[in-house]
Amino acid sequence: MLEAKGISFGYKKGINILDQFQIRIESHERVGIVAPSGFGKTTLCQILSGYIKPASGQVLLDGEDLHRIQGYCPVQMIWQHPEKAVNPRLRMKSIIEEGDQIEERIIDGLGIERDWLNRFPGELSGGEMQRFCIARALGKRTKFLIADEISTMLDLITQSQIWNFLLAEVTERKIGLIVVTHSHSLMERIATRQVVLDTRI
Amino acid sequence: MSCMNNKYILQIKNLSVSFTQYEKGLRKIDLKVIRNLNVSVGEGELVAVVGSSGSGKSLLAHAILGILPQNCDAEGNIWFEDELLSPKRIEELRGKKIVLVPQSVTYLDPLEKVGRQVRKEQNEENVHKKQEELFDFYKLSPNTADLYPFELSGGMARRVLLTTAMMESPRLIIADEPTPGLHLEAAKKAMSHFREFADKGNGVLLITHDVELALEVADRIAVFYAGTTVEEAPVSDFQSVDTLRHPYTKALWRALPQNGFHPFPGKQPYAKDMPNGCPFGPRCSQLTPECEGSIQEQLIRFGRVRCIHAK
Repeated sequence: MLEAKGISFGYKKGINILDQFQIRIESHERVGIVAPSGFGKTTLCQILSGYIKPASGQVLLDGEDLHRIQGYCPVQMIWQHPEKAVNPRLRMKSIIEEGDQIEERIIDGLGIERDWLNRFPGELSGGEMQRFCIARALGKRTKFLIADEISTMLDLITQSQIWNFLLAEVTERKIGLIVVTHSHSLMERIATRQVVLDTRI
Repeated sequence: MSCMNNKYILQIKNLSVSFTQYEKGLRKIDLKVIRNLNVSVGEGELVAVVGSSGSGKSLLAHAILGILPQNCDAEGNIWFEDELLSPKRIEELRGKKIVLVPQSVTYLDPLEKVGRQVRKEQNEENVHKKQEELFDFYKLSPNTADLYPFELSGGMARRVLLTTAMMESPRLIIADEPTPGLHLEAAKKAMSHFREFADKGNGVLLITHDVELALEVADRIAVFYAGTTVEEAPVSDFQSVDTLRHPYTKALWRALPQNGFHPFPGKQPYAKDMPNGCPFGPRCSQLTPECEGSIQEQLIRFGRVRCIHAK
């Protein structure tokens, strides 16, 4: 279970984008987060996956403070812009190795071709790179997955290829999923529950 | 819904765009990125060109405006209001009668205040007035004019790009992916501006990968695959898979989250290793030897399709 307790956070002094925010996600759930642009969805994702420490409050993974966990973080985030989430100087196979023992099955399931592994990020399209980022997040010890607008730049067919694989994977391995997307129909398809982030009203 | 006998604002026939690239030293190759593309925009019409990323959609916009990179060559005919366009004529019309709303907000000059950029450095009173009216219309506060591009949010920057396009009462807007990064409401709002503009008897060519959005606002949709338009159909045909004509369009329809979310195997061929004949052939279930020949566009039920098996 992933739990956020009384989280507050703001980038500017005195303006909190998140104020005493609570959320609780079971590992079999697929939770959609809905809010207009600029409401702090990405910030929330970063807090839940341990990239940002909240000003107050805690993120608990199965009762343990996320910031105390040493080594591999079981809460993995997939970013909106894959080109910003990879080291441009590493070959794709080294980028995959940053994950936690990624199985071949995952690489094949996401439609990654073997000769892409020897390329640099600049030699791949956004959609191809995003497949690597998803594969990297699906390490053995991953318990929760946070998908922040991961398919906005993909065409429909690629989007359905990737999501169908991802949904099968999280269901089978009982990985909890948090989804941020602007597309209503995609949200309807994926999320079992939706949370509206509207702290200012 | 527009009629077929309406006047065309923009007509593109057999447009091909190719890149000259150097491969292994000095060996030159011509890479055909867009081939035999046909698309037209009538008066009062909003036509969406949908296709996946990397299929050459932005190049289409740049080809119409004659702003292709130097190593790029365009062939084919473009008519604007029944006038065949020459490179010189395009230059005259560009920014006045034909305007581009670019894909990326980096098209703004980072070193100049946006108000001055929108006014194109003209200082006459009526230009100022027009800029203020447009800012008001697009819900940008008057002091936005004194900001630099980096001080704008993504949504504001997009609206600034829109006002820039609207400054010189254009006849045709070419919008290249105008909505990514906007949430649905804002995207619909931006689209409603285009819709309004088209409804006044002008034309909009919307280039996007977002099929759902295109379905909401467009009159007709041209489906772009591997550098060409495989189907051009009225938006009403997208209500059911049976009224669509091309197998790729059908696959797109089935991949929509609300229509089954079915993945489709394979991927688009690269411009370098394009198959003979139909570019969709290798992924198509109806593939026959005839598909490797030349594929002519045919007119079926008010839509055009490039498939010999289409009914």
